[in-house]
Amino acid sequence: MSMTPLTATAGRLTSEGEPLNYLNNGHGLKSWLLTKDHKRIALLYLFSVSFFFIIGGIFALLIRINLLSPEGLFNPDTYNRIFTAHGIIMVFLFLVPAVPAVLGNFLLPIMIGAKDLAFPKINLLSWYCYVVAGIFLTVALIAGGIDTGWTFYTPYSTSYSNSNVLLAGVGIFIAGFSSILTGINFIVTVHTMRAPGMTWFRLPLFIWAHYATALVIMLGTPVLAITLSLMALERVAHVGIFDPAMGGDPVLFQHMFWFYSHPAVYIMVLPAMGVVSELIANLARKNIFGYKFVAMSSLAIAVFGFLVWGHHLFVSTQSIYLGIIFSFLSYAVAIPSAIKVFNWTATLFKGSISYDTPMIYGLGFIGLFLIGGMTGLFVAALGIDVHVTDTYFVIAHFHYVMVGGSLMGFLGGMHLWWGKITGRMYPEYWARAAMVIQFVGFNLTFFPQFILGYLGMPRRYAAYPPEFQVLHVLSTAGATILGLGMLITIIYFIWSLKNGERAPANPWGASGLEWRTSSPPPTENFLETPVVTWEAYEFAPIETMDVLGYPGDPGKPSQPVPAEHGTED
Amino acid sequence: MSEHIVPKKIYYRIFGALLVGTALTVIFAFINLGNFNIVAALLIAIAKALLVITFFMHVKYSSRLTKLWVAVGFIWLFIMLAITMTDYLSRAWLVYRP
Ligand SMILES: [Cu+2]
Repeated sequence: MSMTPLTATAGRLTSEGEPLNYLNNGHGLKSWLLTKDHKRIALLYLFSVSFFFIIGGIFALLIRINLLSPEGLFNPDTYNRIFTAHGIIMVFLFLVPAVPAVLGNFLLPIMIGAKDLAFPKINLLSWYCYVVAGIFLTVALIAGGIDTGWTFYTPYSTSYSNSNVLLAGVGIFIAGFSSILTGINFIVTVHTMRAPGMTWFRLPLFIWAHYATALVIMLGTPVLAITLSLMALERVAHVGIFDPAMGGDPVLFQHMFWFYSHPAVYIMVLPAMGVVSELIANLARKNIFGYKFVAMSSLAIAVFGFLVWGHHLFVSTQSIYLGIIFSFLSYAVAIPSAIKVFNWTATLFKGSISYDTPMIYGLGFIGLFLIGGMTGLFVAALGIDVHVTDTYFVIAHFHYVMVGGSLMGFLGGMHLWWGKITGRMYPEYWARAAMVIQFVGFNLTFFPQFILGYLGMPRRYAAYPPEFQVLHVLSTAGATILGLGMLITIIYFIWSLKNGERAPANPWGASGLEWRTSSPPPTENFLETPVVTWEAYEFAPIETMDVLGYPGDPGKPSQPVPAEHGTED
Repeated sequence: MSEHIVPKKIYYRIFGALLVGTALTVIFAFINLGNFNIVAALLIAIAKALLVITFFMHVKYSSRLTKLWVAVGFIWLFIMLAITMTDYLSRAWLVYRP
């Protein structure tokens, strides 16, 4: 497709004499709440996602405080509502939207050389869906909370629980639409709005990962909506679908719920994997080893991730024969994940590695995701799973994947692109310190939980036998350290908005179109539509950086490399 | 992207066909076909859904990529239903001999 040259704000200055960019192009609340700029919507998402991350984090600390003593601090009913709140907020309001709706929204159009996403208004609508979902869930929490766990297992959720199941169900239903709208935007944008010369195999792996994520969102999320609707139908109208007392089957709910919720793990972790590819490639200044394999492994994860949901049902009445197949397929889906981990590691070989914060987040991701993934194989084994189902072993496993994977990826990406997003650099010393503190805190929180789970500590219990106390106290201590690390990050990010060094267009000497426009970018992303004549992750030798258009001097927006051959799609 | 203009006549015909489908569903509900009542009801429902998707949702006039996406959606639905149903099919196979 052809694109018209961009002139609207090109090279213009604000009244204060600063170069016009997306941040100072329009002021006031209205210019933000009604914006159609994908970059501003990404920032709206960043604020709201961070808000709910802090709320979810507070609930996590309440859980850990409760478990300091064997008899528990809160009464069991309150405790049920606390861990449910933690789960629902973290899964639906943080992990699912965090990377795609913030970093994906901001970077996807820039990385492919487009002016915006394909449907800017739908993008804004997606954020409003998120906000409405957040309001519903907040009201559900304030009005007494939900006590079913984030999984809403039937028949408890439909026939017995007297907590705000419906309100939360509606909230999650709407949150689902928020991610569907983001997904459809990503797919259409990648298909139709790539800059001239940006072929599929020149796309950054971040884009491949987000395309695969959008695939999962589009194919999985409607099932969540259907499942929640059926749950509501049974709860309100007593139509017997899941409750055996009314002729339903509770395992049917688990089938449908996990048909979405297992792939949802990939909605959370695939975009983070895309981020890690960028972190590793750019801070080792090397093309990702086996680019095509890494790109295709994203699609493989997206597709095969839909065929393994039954590994959550091994101790239900699910057919043992189907269990064997699900166990086998769960092992198979580890292969594409392993391809990524091996290829990132191979990329480091003979790279010129910088240990700046984004890279150590990338390395942290690899280490923690490795542990999370490998323990995933433990729980995918039929025999071991009987022993560890619904224990802290599972809790530790998926926190290594979620926090060690998604959160590390999200924070690593926030550091890599912080200068691009805000125009200011974060303080490197504090960032490294915070990352190390988080890493130590995280492992101290969750490693003891593997042991606890293996010894038989069940999840979701408010009290436990006294011999588990040492491990629980260690875990709580770790959570405190992890929280402290997060707090430091939040503080220096806010501090840097005013006091950070001004970010040059390309602070990392990185490849990728987003580094060939100013920091922060103009509203239309590029002064003129870039024409891509280079392969993905093509790093010029450091001496020739200026020749290839990498800026040496801070603040000067770099120009795209002039096209050698005309415009091709 | 060019918008395909569909003559109103086609919409009315499809609407008519959907009404006929609804009438058939009601009629079949009063005829005892044993197990085949559900088969008949589902077949009519599928036919109606296909009409809506092809004409009302303009899939017939869309690009091949859109058609692919629509097909993938149904394949995924099939995956969910088929694998879930194999659970019900094979649950009772295991015989416990104490
Ligand atoms: Cu799973």
